[in-house]
Amino acid sequence: MTGRVGTLGAALLAFAALALLGRILPHWFVLVATLAFAKGLVALGLVVLMRGGLVSFGQGIFFCAGGYAAGLAMRSLGVTDAVLLVALGGALALILGLIIAPLLAGYRGIFFATLTLALSMIAYGILDKTYSLGGSDGLNLQAPTFLTYQPQTSQEVSYALFVLASLLTAVAAALCRIHFDSIRGLLSLAARDNEIRVEYLGASVRWVSGTNFIISSLLGGIGGALAALSLGHIDPDFAFWTTSGEFVFLAILSGYASVTAVFVAAVLLELVRSFSSQYFPNTWQGALGIFLLLVILFLPEGLGSLVRRRRRTAVKPAPKPVESVK
Amino acid sequence: MNVAAAIFVDGLIDASWLFIVAVGLTLVFGVLNILNFAHGSLFAVGAYTAASAVGWYYGGNFGPAFLGYFVMLGAALLVAVAMGPLLERGVLRLFYRRDEVVIVLVTYALFLILEDATKLIWGVNPYYAYEPYGLLGNVSVFGLSYVGYDFALVGLALLTGVLLWLGLNRTISGKVVLAVIHDRDISGAMGVNVTRVFVVAFTFGVFLAALGGAFTAPKISVQPGISISVILLSFAVVVIGGLGSVEGAAIAALIVGLARAAAIHLMPSAELFIVYLVMALVLALRPEGLFQRTTTRKI
Repeated sequence: MTGRVGTLGAALLAFAALALLGRILPHWFVLVATLAFAKGLVALGLVVLMRGGLVSFGQGIFFCAGGYAAGLAMRSLGVTDAVLLVALGGALALILGLIIAPLLAGYRGIFFATLTLALSMIAYGILDKTYSLGGSDGLNLQAPTFLTYQPQTSQEVSYALFVLASLLTAVAAALCRIHFDSIRGLLSLAARDNEIRVEYLGASVRWVSGTNFIISSLLGGIGGALAALSLGHIDPDFAFWTTSGEFVFLAILSGYASVTAVFVAAVLLELVRSFSSQYFPNTWQGALGIFLLLVILFLPEGLGSLVRRRRRTAVKPAPKPVESVK
Repeated sequence: MNVAAAIFVDGLIDASWLFIVAVGLTLVFGVLNILNFAHGSLFAVGAYTAASAVGWYYGGNFGPAFLGYFVMLGAALLVAVAMGPLLERGVLRLFYRRDEVVIVLVTYALFLILEDATKLIWGVNPYYAYEPYGLLGNVSVFGLSYVGYDFALVGLALLTGVLLWLGLNRTISGKVVLAVIHDRDISGAMGVNVTRVFVVAFTFGVFLAALGGAFTAPKISVQPGISISVILLSFAVVVIGGLGSVEGAAIAALIVGLARAAAIHLMPSAELFIVYLVMALVLALRPEGLFQRTTTRKI
């Protein structure tokens, strides 16, 4: 119990620190960090899946669903409240996840990955040609309001969005940590190691994978709505496979050991992207590719492994790996 | 009737280049167990190289016009010999011990790098290599007029498929490749030089991608962005047919070609959508694809 309270407390502290930092940090960094947190939320959902041994190459579909839900609610219903828009984005993605999860829960490995990719590309194909939703140009969003607070300048809007993103990030990270340490969360790790053993323990791997998928869809939708608000724009590229590939990269970059690492990785990636697009405007994709290769080569367990390794050596020696029965 | 005939012929033509590219992708997956996202970029490199070579050949008046086809073939070979060993030995080799998803990401990184590299080398302006396209005149099928080159492409696809099938099933080195596909550890233990099979198979996969690119170049304007559409389509073909299956790639290329042609004639806005719809349907019914043997789950 103290563990949970401690986690939540740490999350609130992190949120307070971030909110203060946002006042000091330059404007461009606040913008970059908001987008990074939005994408980090989606990647966090992917980490939830990856702990269960599944990798989705189509998280873009939930990212896109969240973004479009926010965009359409703003355009058609006149909702400008950011909190409500993010909730709507999360809700639509969650519904989508609830529909898809039973279909996908039985698939594993590369088949799960390709099927999710196919679904997100179908969404892309539909949105790209749906001219009532803006077609390939997408939709523009106006500046949001925040409950009763109506920011006047664009600086204030982006700071308020940053605070909202930080809050959601901190809460989501804490809840995921608690989920990971719960029995169901640990079952995911067990399913990743050996599904049949989990079934013999009396648990359902299908159920575990399905739940993880639904959690990841909710996080994807929230991230999508946040990203749409911070960019002020939404287009079908949100569901394109390169977007989904970026989330997979983020999840691999951070590893599945630490939830904080996801957001550190997201900020790092956004920074690399902004700097390389500024300094190598024609070759920034290539620069990103090289960065990707180097990270995969030299950090096989992700950024999170750095933290974990240090903590282990500081507190107690690493436990001897148990010989696995294969 | 006319529309049905048009769909059939267009689908067949579309399927031909798609098959050449996809069979390379499926071969690489079969042997190296890598789903190569950079395959589309290699197609693009092949198309650019062929377009440059064709421009050079016809610009200089070096010989009879039909030799342009051999220039294109040579361009594809050049790309394969230059890129295949470089990518396999230089990059992919470092990641073989890792998760298959990680390797997919590695090829995605290669895709990003190659994408910019082609832009640096050939610029962003489109290239046209139209000369070989008109050489074979026009053919009339079902009362519709088609460019003869398109049917030559169908012939090339058939030739590629037959040669590949014979090479894999009727020669010693082909059987060695099949053995590696079946079980790389056991083949290694039996004395097969698995490393060499990897390099050769990957280079051959690159050759097929570049060949597809080189012979598609006269039909299209070669410009940035073609690699993405190619990888999306050939990826769908390979998944529908079953990863690693040559026969599957052939049937799936036909299915995807016909589906796309039907979409273009009847409902143009559904072109990409329909391909992935077919893929999702096939995966939902047969997750292994149409032609993949179900493997027993390893505990």
